[in-house]
Amino acid sequence: MTVFELQQMYRQGKTGPSEVVRELVKKVEVWEPAIHSLAWFDPEWLTRQAAALEKGTGPKGPLWGVPVVVKDNICVEGVPVTCASRILKGFRPPYNATVIERLQSAGALLAGMANMDEFAFGSSCEHSCYGPTRNPWDLSRVPGGSSGGSAASVAASIAPLALGSDTGGSIRQPASFCGVVGLKPTYGRVSRYGLIAFASSLDQIGPLARTVEDAALLSQVIFGFDQRDSTSGDLPVPDYLQQIKTGVKGLKVGLPKECFGKGLDAGVKTELEKAFEQCRALGIELREISLPRTDYAIPTYYVLATAEASSNLARFDGVQYGYRFPNASNLMELYAKTRGEGFGPEVKRRIILGTFVLSSGYYDAYYGHALKVRTLIKEDFDRAFEQVDCILTPTAPTPAFRLGEKLQDPLTMYLSDIFTISINLAGLPALSVPCGFTPEGLPVGLQWIGRPFQEEVLFRGAYAYQQAAGWHTKRPPEPKGASS
Amino acid sequence: MSRQTADSAVVIGLEVHLQLNTATKIFCGCPTRFGAPPNSQVCPVCLGFPGVLPVLNRQVLRYGIRVALGLNCSIQPKIVFHRKNYFYPDLPKAFQISQYDLPLGSSGFVDLENKKVRINRVHMEEDAGKLIHKEGEPASLVDYNRCGIPLLEIVSEPDLCSPEEAYAYLKTLKGILQYLEVSDCDMEKGSLRCDANVSLRPQPDVLGAKVEIKNLNSFKAVARSLSYEIRRQGEILEEGGRVVQETRLWDDVKGVTQGMRSKEFAHDYRYFPEPDLVPFSVSTEEVEAVRAALPELPAQRARRFMAAYGLPPADARQLTAEKATADYFEQCVKALPAPVENKRGKVFANWIVSDISREINERGLENIQALGFPPSSLIELIGLVESGAISGKMAKEVFIESLASKKSPAAVVAAKGMSQVTDRQAIREAALAVIQEQPKAAEDFRNGKAQALMFMVGQLMKKTKGAASPAISQEILKELLGGENS
Amino acid sequence: MEISPKEVEYLAQLCRLELTPEELKLFAPQIKEILSYVEILKSAPTHNTPPTTHVLSLANVYREDQIRPSLDTEKALANAPAREGPFFKVPKVIDAS
Repeated sequence: MTVFELQQMYRQGKTGPSEVVRELVKKVEVWEPAIHSLAWFDPEWLTRQAAALEKGTGPKGPLWGVPVVVKDNICVEGVPVTCASRILKGFRPPYNATVIERLQSAGALLAGMANMDEFAFGSSCEHSCYGPTRNPWDLSRVPGGSSGGSAASVAASIAPLALGSDTGGSIRQPASFCGVVGLKPTYGRVSRYGLIAFASSLDQIGPLARTVEDAALLSQVIFGFDQRDSTSGDLPVPDYLQQIKTGVKGLKVGLPKECFGKGLDAGVKTELEKAFEQCRALGIELREISLPRTDYAIPTYYVLATAEASSNLARFDGVQYGYRFPNASNLMELYAKTRGEGFGPEVKRRIILGTFVLSSGYYDAYYGHALKVRTLIKEDFDRAFEQVDCILTPTAPTPAFRLGEKLQDPLTMYLSDIFTISINLAGLPALSVPCGFTPEGLPVGLQWIGRPFQEEVLFRGAYAYQQAAGWHTKRPPEPKGASS
Repeated sequence: MSRQTADSAVVIGLEVHLQLNTATKIFCGCPTRFGAPPNSQVCPVCLGFPGVLPVLNRQVLRYGIRVALGLNCSIQPKIVFHRKNYFYPDLPKAFQISQYDLPLGSSGFVDLENKKVRINRVHMEEDAGKLIHKEGEPASLVDYNRCGIPLLEIVSEPDLCSPEEAYAYLKTLKGILQYLEVSDCDMEKGSLRCDANVSLRPQPDVLGAKVEIKNLNSFKAVARSLSYEIRRQGEILEEGGRVVQETRLWDDVKGVTQGMRSKEFAHDYRYFPEPDLVPFSVSTEEVEAVRAALPELPAQRARRFMAAYGLPPADARQLTAEKATADYFEQCVKALPAPVENKRGKVFANWIVSDISREINERGLENIQALGFPPSSLIELIGLVESGAISGKMAKEVFIESLASKKSPAAVVAAKGMSQVTDRQAIREAALAVIQEQPKAAEDFRNGKAQALMFMVGQLMKKTKGAASPAISQEILKELLGGENS
Repeated sequence: MEISPKEVEYLAQLCRLELTPEELKLFAPQIKEILSYVEILKSAPTHNTPPTTHVLSLANVYREDQIRPSLDTEKALANAPAREGPFFKVPKVIDAS
């Protein structure tokens, strides 16, 4: 059920929050043994929220009674939030993230915490202290990552909406793998206050949903300036739902030639070409463009993101919260053993890499240099947006891969973010919308990239395409037997 | 090596950390009150909880600019914060938000009596929490109330050549900072802290290894530790050894510096621009507005005092070095009926730079306010002298007694019956007695020996136990003797 | 860029991470591979290119100097792995020998 369908049922009095919660719990019972999309789920907590909504007498907010799954790196007061890491075991934040405050005042039901790659380091949702999440379309495959739990729970219709976070593709790539809509907003569009930081200059919280209009509705609630985030943009948030149906005739869209060459899966390519035809039929003007610095994106990202992460994750040291190595005889041992045991291998690898690129003697060659290359990458997009209103690319070069397939080879795993990473470096908004299935039956995603703070163009374009293509109506079959 | 050359080879630089007296911390809304219960002035932001973000307190930037201008620095037009990464339990994020290559202020100076000390930089950063080490227990306790209190770091160039100069620099710097009214400047509360760097040049054009001294709790400790360290390094060099570049801790009780544990791990702060804070630009107009609003600073005030009250430069300097002292002086003279003649201004200045300063120093007090002798008391005391009620000599006794008994000077005089005898009849009787007892001296005076009169005044004072007014005594003796000298 | 297990060990110490011998052996070649991939950045034409530390051109974001409620001490300490009264507790920190 989409949000709009659910809201219609509420309006017609056909259901109430408590009943919606009961349905949700049933869905969890059906799907969770198979996909394991949630890191924490408490039916009683949900029941209490539903009861509070039903008792409420004030005006109903725009997400009244709508369940929203929250990625396990967004702080909810008093609830376990762990970034799927052993090091945050038992941590319950003493405060709410700004997006959580906004969801609560919009009347949303917080459905549970979604599984993810530990500290959002990964593209497969396999690097989790809770074990991997599986793709609802094919249980032998990954849901993508790092917001794999968020995407999988929406794909499995556990909840119509989820919050994810995207540093290099962590919302869009799993959305593509799971056949749902996912938006990485413009950097500064959504407050990062309460998002446990991975790479501060790249991180954004964003929505995952079954449909473009549902994603737009959740965006409407969480977007906007926050004085607790110095990097939050003080710009008005337009009424996306009013604009979404205004059509796409004459919209100028660029297809970067660098994105359709080698490395692109044949099945993905076929579906994209069909999608472009449908776009043309809608009156969209497609033209080839060039983003010549595309090859620099991944290396630039891995220097900048790991550097920031090495500093952001330094606070997990066993002093104030989370896991502490017991019986440490001195401070050095407390730090080294707490962190050595608390973090998984991918996190350690990235912290070491980030420490290296910032260390004395290497800063200029790596971190300092990467900051300059970031400027070049951004300039590519600036030039492209002089010619076009938005850019279309595949969201990921392949459909969902098999569990364990890329686990031993970090670099290949990093390459699966090739189309999403440069968008974070340039700070742009980008939305992944389902655009078909490969011959194996795996979802493919189409990425819409826009100018800063012009999310409405993405919603408009993706909505028009979605309505023409109709992929959003396809759902994965329920798993057979709870023990599969 | 002679003492002289040894001194000229000393190179000292000082790093001062100043806590700003803003209402809230630098990056969150927690209060900064000193002495609050442990971990009661903390929030997710200053505790560095996962997910939090800093937002700069605007007042910190304003105060920072004020201090940088007060120290004659130029102001950086684009201000950027950096992260300084290191692990320590008092630093909850495991990095300190500080400034690196674009500090708020740079290239300033402070004028000492006969030297200009250059200021390398003034930058903003956040304070760390407080560690409490438990005696005999294998644990330390952490209180994060101090964490996030705004600090300015003021770094001097290595222009200082002796412990005395270092002391004078700190005194002068503290004076200026007090005038700027941005901090308590209270070393005991830790709102002003100092680390010293010292090295000896083994040869005139060779730089020596720099030793950093920490744990300095007073200006005196700074000077003492520097003397100790200069001696220690001098001895090493004289014996042909090499000074190790290191950080040493001052032990105020033993009067020595001690090396930190050599098990220290390598440091690499991995500075990089703080991505959670945007840059700050300071326009020329803003700088000029702050400059225009700067208060009168010690040097200007000294010049004004010299012009207005005819004070000698040394007195004016001493009087204005500390804001509290200069305010005290000004409160005194302002209470007098205008215009205040130079002579009267000087009387007050003299009292403050001599008797009052001596008592402050001897009692080791923070400032003149701590003495418990308000301007009204000094006005009263000097009034008693000017009216002839007590002598200048008695005034000094009254002052001491007033400090001890916490009574006003007039109350002391009344209680002790110290009033000067100005009753002419009483003095005349005493004078007649002296003339009778000292016929020789009386004769000498009549024969033109002027000194004889002073002897007789002395005798008269003795008779009245010092209570007689010397001026009246002299006048009456002359009148009674009627000699040629009259 | 050559990076030996010894250098990895130094970096691990700098960021206070205890690595197992297996991790040390695994990470050195992996990090080497990633760094050699990063080498292509050297060919980027960055002369006269300013660094991008913030992708938005925001500046001068402040808050006013107004007190906001602090956390209750109990709430601040609720997650502490070890505490004593109102304090967080850690193994003894020793400065001087």
